[in-house]
Amino acid sequence: METIVMNLPVNAEGYLLDPNTWTREWAQEIAQGYGITLTDKHWAVIEWLRKKQSEGVALTIRKVGTSGITDIKEFYQLFPGGPLKVSSKIAGIPKPVSCI
Amino acid sequence: MKKQILIIGAGTAGTMMANKLYHEVNADEWHITIVDRDNTHYYQPGFLFIPFGIYKPEEVIRPRTEFIPKGVHFMIEEVDKIEGEKNQVVFKSGETMAYDVLIIATGVEIAPAETPGLKDKLWHKDIFDFYTYEGAVALANKLHDWPGGTMVVNLAETQIKCPVAPLEFSFLADAYFTEKGMRDKVTIQYVTPLSGAFTKPKATEMLNQLMEEKRIEVIPDFYLSHVDNDKKTIVSYDGKEVPFDLLISIPVNKGDAVIEHSQLGDEDGLNFVQTDKFSLQSKKFENVFVIGDTTNLPASKAGSVAHFEAEILTENILSYIQHKPLTATFDGHANCFIETGFGKAALIDFNYTTEPLPGKFPLAYVGPMDLLKPTLTNHMGKLAFRWVYWHMLLTGKKLPVPTHMSMSGKINETKKETTLV
Ligand SMILES: Cc1cc2nc3c(=O)[nH]c(=O)nc-3n(C[C@H](O)[C@H](O)[C@H](O)COP(=O)(O)OP(=O)(O)OC[C@H]3O[C@@H](n4cnc5c(N)ncnc54)[C@H](O)[C@@H]3O)c2cc1C
Repeated sequence: METIVMNLPVNAEGYLLDPNTWTREWAQEIAQGYGITLTDKHWAVIEWLRKKQSEGVALTIRKVGTSGITDIKEFYQLFPGGPLKVSSKIAGIPKPVSCI
Repeated sequence: MKKQILIIGAGTAGTMMANKLYHEVNADEWHITIVDRDNTHYYQPGFLFIPFGIYKPEEVIRPRTEFIPKGVHFMIEEVDKIEGEKNQVVFKSGETMAYDVLIIATGVEIAPAETPGLKDKLWHKDIFDFYTYEGAVALANKLHDWPGGTMVVNLAETQIKCPVAPLEFSFLADAYFTEKGMRDKVTIQYVTPLSGAFTKPKATEMLNQLMEEKRIEVIPDFYLSHVDNDKKTIVSYDGKEVPFDLLISIPVNKGDAVIEHSQLGDEDGLNFVQTDKFSLQSKKFENVFVIGDTTNLPASKAGSVAHFEAEILTENILSYIQHKPLTATFDGHANCFIETGFGKAALIDFNYTTEPLPGKFPLAYVGPMDLLKPTLTNHMGKLAFRWVYWHMLLTGKKLPVPTHMSMSGKINETKKETTLV
């Protein structure tokens, strides 16, 4: 199942289908849906996530916490709820697959 | 002078590689050395059964030398650093040893010190692990006369070895307390950083249902920050608190310090070695290969996975020493029994791209086994694994299971889901 959110197609869970179609304006709208106003810190995390994802890194909360941009506690404050899931949706990258 | 293949770690993966390579390489040309800190090989899957008295501690221990071929040189040493540019390792004693081909098989261990308050005054009093021999034995003593209360099973991280073991522990605990006639005195809670009992949708569905049947409460999305020893609670990064009487912790799992000293690990500091997920070659040095739990592959950290990897890695190392391209590719294949209590177990079989699916698993000699469903046959399979481990797996014998995952017998009735990446 796909739906169109702010003119871009996302999958059933709300992850952007094509990370290349992502725009900052779109990210802002999605963030607002979560009640988040994006600050410089948010943007730094989002840019880092997009960069690492394009390099093929399997993203985890721990990796964000050691990125040098933020720590885990602050990451939870920036993106309340499931910080990695919420930030990934805003960053327009696929759902992070936790390895098993 | 002969050339040197050096294997660090004589656990599951290293021992298998020593056996396989010994039978494959030309002994006039190659010398094989394997090093480990000591001469005690633990059958780690047996740690799961020790707390419930199902295995006796002595049943999981054998000397490493029993499984290492005579023609392979076994050394008791701790490697402190790998100097890839110099093609040598440095031992703790300061001595060095040169290699032509290096295999890193150093595994992972629990690192409770990573979490404040975990390894504190309640450690091995009201807080236990079962991922070590000492932890499993201490817990067996504790459970023996524990009067009941709230037992919390908590995973501190998502990347742990044998990711199904905490689930199995919870199921076995339910059966153990039931059989002791005290299940109504025990509350079991499963507190996990994942969004459900497991990571992959179909298996999670089955496991969540089993949890419910067994009255085990799943508390998802809980990422452990610290343990409060005075209040006896575990606390998450977003401030949630779960009280416990007895905490069964699966602490952060980390690769050995040698990976850190050698700067071969991922940025997250967990000391998982950066490894090509198909060829199993190190991303830094072409004559260094990595196998088992210590890789950073997006695959399970399990003995069965190490076995499939060993088949691939043997082929690739033979190609490498003959200056041929590395053509064997690992597909992330894992095959795990999940003990579900009361003499039953389920079986999951999957790889990098295919999640565990229901259906039948064809097995030569034994007959088909049910996937994603608790059965008596699967339980027999799980118990037989100990025999298979000591007698076939470690010594590198062929098992009646294909190296690459097969779709034969699996049922995939879902439409294409875009969420599965
Ligand atoms: C409770 C539990 C249940 C499990 N159940 C199952 C199961 O049912 N099925 C399954 O398939 N798997 C299971 N596993 C997982 C399985 O045991 C591991 O995946 C497997 O042992 C990994 O093999 P390895 O060789 O990578 O690491 P290990 O077997 O841990 O070996 C690593 C070795 O390297 C040595 N070493 C490390 N650093 C150094 C150094 N610097 N110098 C010298 N030596 C060093 C260590 O001493 C160790 O002997 C279970 C694990 C646990 C803990």
